[in-house]
Amino acid sequence: MSYSDFLSKYSGEIIKAFFTHIELVLLSVGIGVVIAVPLGIMLTRHQAAAKYVLSIVGVIQTIPGLVLLGVMLIFFGIGKPPAIAALSLYAVLPILRNTFTGIMEVDSHYIEAAKGIGMNGKQILFQVELPLAMPTIIGGLRLSTVYIISWATLAGMIGAGGLGDMIWTGLSTYETKFILAGAIPAAILALVANTLIGFIQRALTPRGIRLGR
Amino acid sequence: MIQFRNVNKSYGKKTILDNLTLDIKAGEFVILIGPSGCGKTTTLKTINRLIEPDSGEIFIDGKDITKMDPVKLRRTIGYVIQQIGLFPNMTVEQNIALVPKLLKYTNEEIDEIVHRLLDLVNMPYEENAKKYPSELSGGQQQRIGVLRALAASPPIVLMDEPFGALDPLTRDTLQEEIKKIQKKLGKTIVFVTHDMDEALRLADTIVFMNEGKVLQMASPEEMLQNPADPIIKSFLGKHMNNGNNAANMVASDFMRAKVLTVPKTKKTLECIALMSRRDVSSLIVVEDDDTYLGTVSVDKIKAEGKAGKEISELVTLESMTVNRNSNAQEAFELLIASPTGYVLVLNDDNTVAGLITKTSMAKAMGEALWGEMTQ
Repeated sequence: MSYSDFLSKYSGEIIKAFFTHIELVLLSVGIGVVIAVPLGIMLTRHQAAAKYVLSIVGVIQTIPGLVLLGVMLIFFGIGKPPAIAALSLYAVLPILRNTFTGIMEVDSHYIEAAKGIGMNGKQILFQVELPLAMPTIIGGLRLSTVYIISWATLAGMIGAGGLGDMIWTGLSTYETKFILAGAIPAAILALVANTLIGFIQRALTPRGIRLGR
Repeated sequence: MIQFRNVNKSYGKKTILDNLTLDIKAGEFVILIGPSGCGKTTTLKTINRLIEPDSGEIFIDGKDITKMDPVKLRRTIGYVIQQIGLFPNMTVEQNIALVPKLLKYTNEEIDEIVHRLLDLVNMPYEENAKKYPSELSGGQQQRIGVLRALAASPPIVLMDEPFGALDPLTRDTLQEEIKKIQKKLGKTIVFVTHDMDEALRLADTIVFMNEGKVLQMASPEEMLQNPADPIIKSFLGKHMNNGNNAANMVASDFMRAKVLTVPKTKKTLECIALMSRRDVSSLIVVEDDDTYLGTVSVDKIKAEGKAGKEISELVTLESMTVNRNSNAQEAFELLIASPTGYVLVLNDDNTVAGLITKTSMAKAMGEALWGEMTQ
């Protein structure tokens, strides 16, 4: 089968897999953000706990993807839910760590000035700490997204679909075309996502800070 | 009026405030000074409860501040810190508007405040309001820092070494400005510094602290005449010998020798850039052989200058000049009469020797009275 025959026969499936892949990535990174950003903020308020929480999350990060997927399989069965659960856990760490360090690195004299002029905790968080930490937080998001795009290919193994499906089919049938049909779109997706979030990072960096650099 | 009654504070074994009792009168410019670790900054920060004392009471206008909500209390007290602390993600306007916004002023009120305050420090709204702190010079930033503290018209303003990080010239200017503003608006200012020059120049009352106690509280004149403790004497040191005789002084004794001159062939745009970088409003223009030609002001260039033209055609002779060996009194009288606020000092060969400003004059007079000053 030539490449053009292959493409005409399977293009529908490739496109479907591509969008399933994006769905998996968006959901997992989305859940990751919802968990990691508030948790990161909380840790800056309870720094004694931060050390433990960050190392626990760091350990989760080191569990091999296949093992974690297997564990999730036990709890959630086959399909998208276990895959999303596992990928979300992976997405948490970079965002969590960057939220935490981003806020901790805000110069203490800004906090002192904010307190001194009578801002309450919430105002300091939303008007000073988060805007100043935003470039770092988005940096974490960027890292997570690119990782998750590649790890999501494993999700095909437990029937979650996505570009991983193509790759696994190719591996089990010794058919290079399937492997490439999964790998190339995944690589492109990672590059595009990286660039796109780079733009978002720039747009969300307060103008006054960009000028200062 | 701010009253400290038996206030104590310690960190571990180290006592910072030792049974401190102190009255600060309303409308006064009060300077807290002393060796490092004497408790001056701690004293300042207990007033807006950034630091809570271990025991004792602090009253503002008779009200015990420990019974007030600290956030509300701070909104009624201006606060300026050394590192300036303007928020880099907000414009000049947004920074100034912060406290009025917290206090829920209307937009019209806030707008009026921002305009009026920028006017107060001669930083026109149109040019400056939308800029970010990183686009301003250090001196301009701290002016905005002061304005932010003044925005909600607090009766009390706390300043923690606000000019410590600025270069000496900018510091001089800001000191003059803050003193003027304090007089004009009738604020109570509590100001921490370790610089005796600054204290003598600004204070109505100097509070000299050491080891958490007040050693002496007096007007600058009284402190100079009767320092209550050897430590104070050593702080005043250089200000205390009355040797020089002002009558024998000549113009060059009063001038600042380092001045910025530009050749008459300089282009208008370069001059504007130079002025904004140096934070000055006019430049001294010299001929090719360095002899004095005249001065050119930023307003004149903006009004009549064309890009790419040399400044020689915009030079005016409105600035007063004096020979360096002229009698000091003559220079003094010229300075008072000068429309530009300064007098140029020329050498015998007509080159520029220096500049007499009100600040350089005050400094020289101070030195004549009290001996060598720093900077």
